[in-house]
Amino acid sequence: MAVAPGVGYDLVVVGTSWGGLSALRTLIGALPDSFQMAVTVIQHRHRDSDHLLRTLLQERSTLRVCEVEDKMPLEHGHIYVAPPNYHTLVEPGYFSLSTEAPVRFSRPSIDVTFSSAADSYTHRTVGVVLTGANADGAEGLRRISDRGGLALVQDPDGAESPVMPAAARTAVPRARVMSLEAMAQFLAALPAGLPERQDA
Amino acid sequence: MAVPVSDGQSLPGPPLAYDPDLERLEIELLLEGVYRHYGFDFRSYAYASIRRRLWKRVEGEALRTISDLQARILHDADAMERLLLDLSVNVTAMFRDPSFYKEFREQVVPLLRTYPFLRIWHAGCSTGEEVFSMAILLEEEGLYDRARLYATDINDVVLQRARQGIFPLDRMQEYTENYLRAGGKRSFSEYYTAKYDGALFTPSLTRNIVFSQHNLVTDRSFSEFHVIFCRNVLIYFDKTLQNRVHSLFYDSLVMLGILALGSKESLKFSQYEPRYEKVSATEKLYRKVR
Repeated sequence: MAVAPGVGYDLVVVGTSWGGLSALRTLIGALPDSFQMAVTVIQHRHRDSDHLLRTLLQERSTLRVCEVEDKMPLEHGHIYVAPPNYHTLVEPGYFSLSTEAPVRFSRPSIDVTFSSAADSYTHRTVGVVLTGANADGAEGLRRISDRGGLALVQDPDGAESPVMPAAARTAVPRARVMSLEAMAQFLAALPAGLPERQDA
Repeated sequence: MAVPVSDGQSLPGPPLAYDPDLERLEIELLLEGVYRHYGFDFRSYAYASIRRRLWKRVEGEALRTISDLQARILHDADAMERLLLDLSVNVTAMFRDPSFYKEFREQVVPLLRTYPFLRIWHAGCSTGEEVFSMAILLEEEGLYDRARLYATDINDVVLQRARQGIFPLDRMQEYTENYLRAGGKRSFSEYYTAKYDGALFTPSLTRNIVFSQHNLVTDRSFSEFHVIFCRNVLIYFDKTLQNRVHSLFYDSLVMLGILALGSKESLKFSQYEPRYEKVSATEKLYRKVR
């Protein structure tokens, strides 16, 4: 078993594309300082983007925001940003990167990260799909839900681009649909487990 | 708002009812079989990535389980070839991370000018985009004629592709942008001729490149190098294997030799960090100092 059984959630994976920066600043900015889970953000962006996304998120949060490097450990209370031009894979306790082909034109692919999170953290994973203009993330969110994890979707009516959350809702009918503000409160109230450190 | 959710092709993975313990056992057995029968050792590869690629091959062979795949590849060497391709092909670009090449030009090239002869190793060169990029860079810096580039990969199929020096024509626009941002000094189109849907790179670029098969996991060093490039290869290995390969690189570098890693790779998570110093504040360029 990838992770020991326990109560609570360890990992929140957030996928977004068009309109994501503003949505992420709202969502991450509203998480309390005491937030315990590890949050991993997959935002579609240009292959040569610099550290701006990390910086802009850090401005809004006292939680530590880092850009993922290969084999970086997953620690609670940290926000991890998936680097451009790689797929980010979640292993039990750490990240691995990959330069396999883009999936549906995207690298990072939200589906790839979500499905590896579902496989490694199973029912202790929370998948979150925010604004975006394509359907990436829908299938990965279904994998998370199928493995017993929790699926959250930004209300398409309030999203800058409703395509991605609408596709996610269609793929996972039991996903909880809510505004960004409600989502931050909801996440903060979830019972947190602690990500385990495990050597490869 | 009818956006079709994908057909399932993008997310190869186990069926829902699959037991993860059983899956791990099957994967370990398969990798053990591959090692003992074919000699390729993938047993210490990063799990999430190898799992994804194995399931891709299960689907590609129209099979149901990892155990089915094990039986197929042990009895059918062609199926093993296809798996090897899945496990070793990574999609890269010429002058990937232009800022890396720019920094290499500015920080490392001046050091390389001090050597009368240069041996450079591209470990895990895959289809050759990076070694061709470096040949161009060294040519423009006037260093190519005193350099020999050893480009190695575990997979002979990708090496054959690399030797041909033909890259997809539809990527030339991207590569041209990369080349310019990497500090390229000429017109990128001088280096290739369009042929059908391929861009054939000028054969003189390969005059000092030696392509050969080498397995980072099982083979030893074959020379002493002034520069080793190993970018976005170690990401597929687990931490134990990463350390073993770092030991191989350390032993294969001359004192003050340069180790170049991918932009999101770090010596930080390896035990070799104290042996090197950073050559650049922004790029993963290290110099062996002790």
